[in-house]
Amino acid sequence: MTTATLPRPATQAHPDGHGRLSGTGRLVRFALRRDRIRLPAWILGIAVTLVLTVSAFPSLYPDAASRQQRALMMSSPAAVAIGGPGIGADNYTFGAMLTNEMLALTAAFVALMAILTVTRHTRADEEAGRTELVLAGPVGRLAPLTAAVTVAFLASIALGAVSAAGLGSLGAASVDWPGSMLYGAALASVGIAFTGVAAVSAQLTDNSRSASGLAGLVVGLAYASRAVGDAGDLPWLSWLSPFAWAQRTYAYVDDRWSPLALSVLLAAALIGVAVVLNRRRDLGSGLRQPRPGPVRAARRLATPVGLAVRLQRTALIAWTASLLCFGLMYGSLLGTAKDFVADLEVVHKVLGSYGDTLIPAFLSLLVTMLAMAASVYAIIGTLRAQAEERSARAEALLATPVSRRRWIGSHTLVGGGGAIAILAAGALGVGSTGAVSLRDASVLGQVLQAAAVQVTPILLVVAIVVALFGWLPRLTGLVWVVMVYAITAGTLGGLLGLPEWALKLSPFALVPALPAEEFTPWPVLGMLAAAAALYLAGLAGLRRRDVGSAA
Amino acid sequence: MTYAIEMSDIVKTFGSTRALDGFDLVVRSGEVHGFLGPNGAGKSTAIRVLLGLLRPDSGSATVLGTDAWKDAVEVHHRLAYVPGDVNLWPNLTGGQAIDVLARLRGTFDPARRDEMVERFDLDPSKKARTYSKGNRQKVALVAALSSDVELLLLDEPTAGLDPLMEAIFQEVLLEEKARGRTVLLSSHILDQVEKLADRVTIIRLGSAIETGTLAELRHLTRSTVTAHTREPATGVDRLPGVHDVAVDGATVSFSIDAAELDAAIGYLHGRGLVSLVCQPPTLEQLFLEHYDDDLAALEARR
Repeated sequence: MTTATLPRPATQAHPDGHGRLSGTGRLVRFALRRDRIRLPAWILGIAVTLVLTVSAFPSLYPDAASRQQRALMMSSPAAVAIGGPGIGADNYTFGAMLTNEMLALTAAFVALMAILTVTRHTRADEEAGRTELVLAGPVGRLAPLTAAVTVAFLASIALGAVSAAGLGSLGAASVDWPGSMLYGAALASVGIAFTGVAAVSAQLTDNSRSASGLAGLVVGLAYASRAVGDAGDLPWLSWLSPFAWAQRTYAYVDDRWSPLALSVLLAAALIGVAVVLNRRRDLGSGLRQPRPGPVRAARRLATPVGLAVRLQRTALIAWTASLLCFGLMYGSLLGTAKDFVADLEVVHKVLGSYGDTLIPAFLSLLVTMLAMAASVYAIIGTLRAQAEERSARAEALLATPVSRRRWIGSHTLVGGGGAIAILAAGALGVGSTGAVSLRDASVLGQVLQAAAVQVTPILLVVAIVVALFGWLPRLTGLVWVVMVYAITAGTLGGLLGLPEWALKLSPFALVPALPAEEFTPWPVLGMLAAAAALYLAGLAGLRRRDVGSAA
Repeated sequence: MTYAIEMSDIVKTFGSTRALDGFDLVVRSGEVHGFLGPNGAGKSTAIRVLLGLLRPDSGSATVLGTDAWKDAVEVHHRLAYVPGDVNLWPNLTGGQAIDVLARLRGTFDPARRDEMVERFDLDPSKKARTYSKGNRQKVALVAALSSDVELLLLDEPTAGLDPLMEAIFQEVLLEEKARGRTVLLSSHILDQVEKLADRVTIIRLGSAIETGTLAELRHLTRSTVTAHTREPATGVDRLPGVHDVAVDGATVSFSIDAAELDAAIGYLHGRGLVSLVCQPPTLEQLFLEHYDDDLAALEARR
């Protein structure tokens, strides 16, 4: 026996102490190691976008007059809802632009990073049985939750620090160091607040998809309450939202640190709730015990399409409802936007006839954004096929008399068809409230026509997914390159000063943007042909490859 | 004699790994065919080739008279598959998953399904995410057994089941055999294969190294003899075909090649036999004999 010669572990000083938190330090280090690519990618991606945007400002707005024009444009209710409440509008410096237009949007991505990080290290691990393995060792019951929260905090703070350093070191006029520090802290505060939200949602649900979905819903609600509060002049509604707290720091304008305390307090309270919930529930379960479900499958479920719909049902409903609400909200702001333009003599003077084309241009932009959002769903929905293949569930299905074409077709139908339904819901929202607020019934038809044209790029994106899935099943993520480029060019392209041809590289910009532009059939037909060719190519690839090679 | 499965000279590579290397398999219609081999020997790969999920680099694979790759969809009406590692849709209940898989196959018998759920003692109202490995396995088994098919492809179907369920599985499988179904049963559980299989194929490093009935395979292998004699059986180790001799007073035990058994028993008889136990080789031993190179390699690595 060699036991006598071995040091006894119990006599060693335990690095993390004992009790419910023991092992937290090691779990934090382990989580950071697991996320060593992911978190730096998030942090750099967000910070670099910010810095690039600011460095484009001087060429876009060379003098004070052009900045004031921008301030004027940004004070329309629709712009207020997307961006911010007109911070520093009377002296619209680059710093003020950053806080007013970029802060909330950027913070939304920080919130997503925090949510996904917390969920990955809590509910996802628990669902996969890894937490059980960890807790079987000398690790405290609360250590996994504490470690996940710590990692999300660290990531948020690192993101704030990197952003502050990047912005501050640019040396741009008005983007000074104290403001940059506060700006970084404001971004971090939103991450910290939503870390608390995700910590609670991970306790409530019994699987990681629902956990991040629930927390994501809270992000959406918080953004919407700020948007409606600011645009509709309901300050109490704005003050419910961590996004508004970040904006109310007036970074670069009137640096105030105090609103950030609200985010920290909220996070502390939510984490307290999460700890209490965590102690009350069993490992692996949510707060609610699962009820017995149906013992038999409905006949419509036992088809490839029926099954794919069932697997996507919750996501489809959530996306459709979100885009419908988004559409209704922005549609209802169209009337005030028009009045706002009509009231301002100076807008007419500066922009000439631009005032008349403002509404069509805004409608086109809205529909394009809806189509991009729907495409994100189309990608996720179609890539469900890949998740099915990776988990070997596809194997069980393809061992029945279901052909590969029918199988991928079912996921394509739900991904692409679902995206079209989501786009239609958003367009109906914009069109219906837009028609009312503009007192012009033809708006609904215009919006629906514009949406019909934007179905084309959605189909192209789906076809790209299928082509990649057929031939390069491990590299389907490449489709996100197309999507990120399209979204960046479509939303920030002007700000970044991209040339016209670069803007037109996005599939969403290649088709005519109704109602601002005239309809021309060729781009649409060409894109449909390309989509059909890519889809068929993908099928051919899928037919000849091994099942299981997407793993 | 018709064949349910014919695979000949199948080669399947994944990168630099040759998962199947000139693999042959013949399964006769109506038999239970045991398919034995250690992890990574290529059992699951062979079954996936039969299902048309993997395309072999060369060789031919025929299932129920049709090409396994080209006619996969048509032939899948006539077979059912139970994977070794069952993954289910976490949001569906076990009952829903059974119905989906069995209905898609097209030859679904709801009464048979209810009987199987009952016999395997499965609660079909639970969400699949709450199932243990054994329960997921039961779902796949019930789904496969609720279909009226000619061929069952079972890839270690009882890996997560307890001994009671294992016994029920054997009972059900013998009934299936009595109904004239063909079964390819890949397994680690030698006892199970000994009870169920008519013929056995042993796969190692991607090729079939042995195939035949258990009796035929035993012919190739050594029995274990333990004898108690009046006079010490000291000369037994000089007999041909005798190995691993251990003498303990009046008790001798050794293993012996089947062809030399007669001579050895004659020798023991001459020493005055008091008791004699002669055991045919278990599959366990067959198995170890064929993989002793691997074992030696493993030992060497330690």
